[in-house]
Amino acid sequence: MLTKRIIPCLDIKNGRTVKGVQFENIRDAGDPVELAKWYAQQGADELVFLDITATNEGRKTFAELVRDIARHIDIPFTVGGGIGSVADVEVLLQNGADKVSINSSAIKNPELVSELATHFGSQCVTVAIDTKYTEETGWKVYTRAGTVETAHKTMDWAKQVVALGAGEILLTSMNNDGTKAGFALDITGEVANAISVPVIASGGAGSMEHFKDSFQKANADAALAASLFHFRELGIPDLKQYLKQQGIAVRI
Amino acid sequence: MNLVIVDYKAGNVQSVQFALERLGVQATLSADAETIKAADKVIFPGVGQAASAMAQLKARNLDKLLPTLGQPFFGVCLGMQLLCQHSEEGDTDLLNIIPLPVKHFETDLKVPHMGWNQLERLQSPLFDGLQEQDFVYYVHSYYVPLSEYTIAQTAYPDPFSAALQYKNFYAAQFHPEKSGAAGSQILKNFLAI
Repeated sequence: MLTKRIIPCLDIKNGRTVKGVQFENIRDAGDPVELAKWYAQQGADELVFLDITATNEGRKTFAELVRDIARHIDIPFTVGGGIGSVADVEVLLQNGADKVSINSSAIKNPELVSELATHFGSQCVTVAIDTKYTEETGWKVYTRAGTVETAHKTMDWAKQVVALGAGEILLTSMNNDGTKAGFALDITGEVANAISVPVIASGGAGSMEHFKDSFQKANADAALAASLFHFRELGIPDLKQYLKQQGIAVRI
Repeated sequence: MNLVIVDYKAGNVQSVQFALERLGVQATLSADAETIKAADKVIFPGVGQAASAMAQLKARNLDKLLPTLGQPFFGVCLGMQLLCQHSEEGDTDLLNIIPLPVKHFETDLKVPHMGWNQLERLQSPLFDGLQEQDFVYYVHSYYVPLSEYTIAQTAYPDPFSAALQYKNFYAAQFHPEKSGAAGSQILKNFLAI
């Protein structure tokens, strides 16, 4: 049976992991390759690396890092951050990334999604959607690292990018992100049930129950978390055992 | 061993090369007919779209060469589909080595079929050391139905060909290079064939 995926997300700046990752048994937790190998051993199903470097020099470092990650880990990984063109994606895929995640550049130029799908296939095009709910607007899409509200309603945008060729949606609720109060089950469920491609729930994971709910209540295909895993508040082996006991198909 | 990965700009060649490197094997990337013919074994990866991959093969005359090869050959993901007769993806004629169709998933489940799923009915030395229900990683929207050449199957929701063997041509729909320890074992087994 196809299993639900557990995905740790690593932020990368100038080739190093950021956020004070705490691991005793890793020689250098700032080294993304060491951390990636450790997560793969722990049973992570996939990894996401987000490049938050702003400079061109940093981008070059990131491409080299992608190659180094591909050399050392034997599970799939997605890379994102600052991708704006077919050429950007080509470099990352050639260096061994399995998928790319695009966000602001899709808002700026929706045609990019279909260009990427045509060039490389939908299976490697993940569109990341940052969404925020307010009483006035409902769930809207935000861009530029969540700082700018767009005209798009979240559900409409999700449907649009799937029609353009996105193979997966990474949906992050800004209301929930960092709260550890659980994923945004309402909008995640609405999107997951309305579109034909897999949806990754993101933002708000704080406990094992939250993962269970994202799968059982919101019908997410995968769930992503960062600090919860990095700070060892939750171990992936424990999480997967729990999910299995709850009747959720996971890879153990 | 002289191992060649067919490099036709439509494959995840790098990931496959790295996976072999982790097994201690250096593989040559090539689209050159003589180099491929001289190989002891050939690996044929592929991601992307069937029609554009076929165009890349034709541009390099590989569509004529590959069906004539007699050494152990391993097609991966799209590389498996390309070995078949015809794909519903872009209504594309394929290499026509294995007389099977490639169909689009028609299901209420999510497409692409993306993530870790289980192997069943393992029937080949390719799976030595693996167990029924072992997990491998899939990303695909098209599939090859079960056939007499099926050597492993996976269910989504109906069973389809997870792997094929036809004469010297082996093929896997999943990505052994991204399938953890199980995937490494499969690559190792292919190298031992």
